[in-house]
Amino acid sequence: MSGLEGLYQELILDHSRGREGFGLADEEGANATSHQRNPICGDEITLRVRVDGDLIRDVSWEGAGCSISQASASMLTTLVEDAADEGGMTREAANALIGRFREALRSRGTILLDEDTFGDASALSGVSKFTARVKCAMLAWVALEDALARA
Amino acid sequence: MTSEAASVDVRTFDVSAVRADFPILETRIGDAPLVYLDSGATSQKPRVVLEAERSFLETANSAVHRGAHTLAAEATELFEDARAAVAGFVGADEQTLVWTAGATAALNLVAYAIGNATAGRGGQAASRFALQPGDEIVFTESDHHANLIPWQELAARTGAVTRAIPVHDDGTLDLEAAAAIIGERTRIVAFPHVSNVLGIVNPVAELVALAHGAGALAVLDACQSAPHLPLDLPALDVDFAAFSGHKMLGPYGVGGLYGRAELLDALPPFLTGGSMVTTVTLEKADFLPAPHKFEAGTQPVSQAVGLAAAVRYLDGLGMSEVHARERLLERRMRDGLRGIPGIRLLGDPSTGSGTGRVERVALAAFDVDGVHAHDVGQFLDARGVAVRVGHHCAQPLHRRFGITASVRASASVFTTENDIDVFLDAVSGVRRFFGVGA
Repeated sequence: MSGLEGLYQELILDHSRGREGFGLADEEGANATSHQRNPICGDEITLRVRVDGDLIRDVSWEGAGCSISQASASMLTTLVEDAADEGGMTREAANALIGRFREALRSRGTILLDEDTFGDASALSGVSKFTARVKCAMLAWVALEDALARA
Repeated sequence: MTSEAASVDVRTFDVSAVRADFPILETRIGDAPLVYLDSGATSQKPRVVLEAERSFLETANSAVHRGAHTLAAEATELFEDARAAVAGFVGADEQTLVWTAGATAALNLVAYAIGNATAGRGGQAASRFALQPGDEIVFTESDHHANLIPWQELAARTGAVTRAIPVHDDGTLDLEAAAAIIGERTRIVAFPHVSNVLGIVNPVAELVALAHGAGALAVLDACQSAPHLPLDLPALDVDFAAFSGHKMLGPYGVGGLYGRAELLDALPPFLTGGSMVTTVTLEKADFLPAPHKFEAGTQPVSQAVGLAAAVRYLDGLGMSEVHARERLLERRMRDGLRGIPGIRLLGDPSTGSGTGRVERVALAAFDVDGVHAHDVGQFLDARGVAVRVGHHCAQPLHRRFGITASVRASASVFTTENDIDVFLDAVSGVRRFFGVGA
């Protein structure tokens, strides 16, 4: 069952239970909210972002879905939070990250997510070999992309 | 149906011989043999079906119902023989079977044709179908989207309103509510013969009696009954019925609409174009009699020939035998699932309100406490077990049970007791793997 354990790494299961950033921040003070749905399985996420000029202040989310989608949202939030400790993540950096994340996940396992850039989210590299699950992992990232475009 | 099935000796059912007829069962998923429990979504095809389609294309392929050459005549004969075979399989006369692309196309055909009648097409004969604003179209909470949305859209186009028969906690239809809902404004009552999520065989006779008592048309979705039960649509007294070839061991892209002869005669066509006409001028066209007036354009001919091979194959096994055999599998599957901690079967007699024991086909949907259906499906796949995860095109029914997605296992003629046991063993390992309920 090595394939399965490659997909469901301990880090992913931990994040799917811990769910960093879960619980939507107050709408007041937030710049944009994005609601995304995966019509295949009914998974959904609502993600809220607060920006300050070019910098992302914080991200919060709510949603229901499989462990991959929940873990991915949690990992993305962690990434933004960690960046905030070092001066914050710019919109441009976030969009670049989302682009690279999408490219890796659609690569059928040929492009790996490096840990230095993606942190815990690099554990999602294994998802890219399971094409049916790529949308699960992308859900939160698409929501952030959409929210930033409107923030 | 119950007593007939019970009298069949299932010991004579040679499942290993059946399995040898399905090439795909030799497939391995990683290191594991394939355990295919997704026949409710699409069934696998026996070699005779693949060969029938191939043989038609290699030796008889030609345009049907046109052309004067030898191949055209042969192809037409095979096409119409196929119609007779498939019609016979559902107990119907061949003139009452319309080829469609599948059940979705068949149900849309009826809905759009009724819409056309409402717009005045089809003359006096079709006025019996015309809907008035405020007329009611009834379906059930357990219908597949294909038997919901065409009616919602028809209602939106005509000013009719839709109403839904609710289901009890045990998954059975609330017939008291049905009797209250179906009344003088009801014009159409659409319902599934067998729920594609619950596997429950619905009480067709009662629902047809309610529909006809109100002067309404009874429309049956027979997708999940045609592959599993002996079917006699005229005896069921439904007005229309739809089924899909690919769910009953046949090819994709072909299915059937059954309609009572006088209704098909009176109903105006939906799709129009080539092949369905007698005289065409620049102003108007006259249409062929049913079933051909509903078959505009090129038909799925080799697929129809393949579907005929599928129903002959099923007839060879005997549908009573198939049904009796699947009842054993259904019990094994359901009893096994009930015994696994954290599993909730959707629509089970053990849960809340309902009418108690009902007939089911070997299909069960369930929820695993603390683990999303998608994750369950992935875990089972790693053991070679193919199941369906998601809402199975029945979002309202899932909402009724308070969830958005479930796991569904569905058997077919080639399913073994060992398949069920491998599946149950895999399900019992799910919660431990995902670290819940340990």
